[in-house]
Amino acid sequence: MIEVHDLHKHFGGFRAVDGASLSIRPGTITGLIGPNGAGKTTLFNVIAGRLPPTSGRVTMGGEDITGLPPHELFHKGLLRTFQIAHEFSSMTVRENLMMVPPNQSGESIWNAWFARGRIRQEEARLARKADEVLEFLTIRHLADEKAGNLSGGQKKLLELGRTMMVDARIVFLDEVGAGVNRTLLNTIGDAIVRLNRERGYTFCVIEHDMDFIGRLCDPVIVMAEGKVLAEGPAESIMRNEAVIEAYLGRGLRNKGAA
Amino acid sequence: MEPLNALVVFLNFVFIPAAAYGAQLALGALGVTLIYGILRFSNFAHGDTMAFGTAITILVTFALQGAGVTFGPLPTALLALPVGIAATALLVLGTDRSVYRFYRERKAAPVILVIVSMGVMFVMNGIVRFIIGVEDVVFTDGARFVIDARGFREATGLAEGLALRSTQVITLVTAAVAVALLFWFLNRTRTGKSMRAFSDNEDLALLSGISPERVVAITWIIVAALATTAGVLYGLDKSFKAFTYFQLLLPIFAAAIVGGLGNPVGAIAGGFIIAFSEVMVTYAWRKVVAYLLPEGLEPTSLLQLMSTEYKFAVSFAILVIVLLFRPTGLFKGQSV
Ligand SMILES: Nc1ncnc2c1ncn2[C@@H]1O[C@H](COP(=O)(O)OP(=O)(O)O)[C@@H](O)[C@H]1O
Ligand SMILES: [Mg+2]
Repeated sequence: MIEVHDLHKHFGGFRAVDGASLSIRPGTITGLIGPNGAGKTTLFNVIAGRLPPTSGRVTMGGEDITGLPPHELFHKGLLRTFQIAHEFSSMTVRENLMMVPPNQSGESIWNAWFARGRIRQEEARLARKADEVLEFLTIRHLADEKAGNLSGGQKKLLELGRTMMVDARIVFLDEVGAGVNRTLLNTIGDAIVRLNRERGYTFCVIEHDMDFIGRLCDPVIVMAEGKVLAEGPAESIMRNEAVIEAYLGRGLRNKGAA
Repeated sequence: MEPLNALVVFLNFVFIPAAAYGAQLALGALGVTLIYGILRFSNFAHGDTMAFGTAITILVTFALQGAGVTFGPLPTALLALPVGIAATALLVLGTDRSVYRFYRERKAAPVILVIVSMGVMFVMNGIVRFIIGVEDVVFTDGARFVIDARGFREATGLAEGLALRSTQVITLVTAAVAVALLFWFLNRTRTGKSMRAFSDNEDLALLSGISPERVVAITWIIVAALATTAGVLYGLDKSFKAFTYFQLLLPIFAAAIVGGLGNPVGAIAGGFIIAFSEVMVTYAWRKVVAYLLPEGLEPTSLLQLMSTEYKFAVSFAILVIVLLFRPTGLFKGQSV
């Protein structure tokens, strides 16, 4: 589904992503782990078109998508969330979700003025859809709340909800669990699994909580110092020595990659 | 004591002129604030954008008048306004294509765009002077007054007259219509909502499939309409002179910043705050006070805080005070 070939992203002389190659197979929930500063978020930023790569290539289903802007990737079904959740703070939770679906007749000013009946129907349909998504995520009661007032964890749920408003093909989730309590994290985990099974979403998930990763993800990719260090099923990854060392911070310079 | 006469003088020399001026500033400030909210820079070329739109509208007005077309009691310029808006929209879209987009694609810092806009300002300045010259141009026609001073005196028997010029009424009505359309657009249409979303959080807007180039283009078109309308109303109310429009930048920016840059409601409030302050600080209050005090106690001085030559100092002072105490403006805007 997604292939990353020898990707580099340098900031000045600093190699945040330093020749990473990996692939995300369709239908999987692929985990992406690694110590802080490993370059995971930067990798997401490059894949999702927020930052141009220094070099390297990204393809999606064989098609070269390197450097495409986020809004075009959106229309190809590639969505992502942020490590620190983003929201349209001045809009309600429901309105936040209703912003997402593209290409409705409301897009044209002409229609907004002259085809109001149809617009109203569509808006109503969208609002229903948004409410279903909120129901699914167990935050239906927050629908009319200003998104800016949500807790960090609730914002994470809202971000996930955004990806459910359309038929995404692949969704990149950056630290879904950051600042989220246990109950909420389980809710998020369940939602991810259901989306994966019922709607065929492919996921790539960055997360530090190993229980969460172990329960959800197969395979798991490990990054350290801008490179892919290991890849495999969760159990074997957690027993991998190079991975343990990377996390313990001794680095892998003398050891060599696994 | 003659409070009624005092009220009439106040309405005639302070309230009505300040309200009309405030509406003009509000329209100007709305343009500045939209650019700031969506394109994230302070557009120094805004005054000259207003001047360009007005200049085109004036030329079309003269052509219409030459062809014998008028708008009854209304100024012919209102007929010419759509042409002025269209020409200005083409100009700013062209400028965006050829200048701003280059910097946007490089993700240039806002301060760079500000300086670029100064360059655009000088160019537009030149274009305006080239097409219409540097002189004062009066292009108001149609009925002059809705209420004239003498008629008012005769009808009410008061010593003071109240004059309500048609251009003042037209300014207020047109501004109200423009603002209502703008808010309907921003709050009710999907395109307007996507503009608000883009202004709120650009990253997220892109991730929601909103095309930045489309949002930017629509913003410029709306800004062209607001700027031209503001400029034409100001010119109808006073007169057109290229240099005056350049000078309007200060009160317009003051209005946008005082209200909170990026916040449309703030821009409107800011426009009226600046206009009323400017008029009230530079108005000689002697007559009003004389009517309010018992006979024999008339003030001997003019009771004018500042002479009208210093009116821009008022905007500047308010700007400084607001930035010191509330950097995001009275209504919550993005901080500067
Ligand atoms: N825009 C940037 N400019 C400079 N350095 C950056 C930038 N973004 C990230 N980095 C650096 O790149 C490294 C990788 O960061 P990041 O991708 O956020 O790591 P992770 O998400 O794995 O914790 C970090 O050392 C970070 O400081
Ligand atoms: Mg990160």
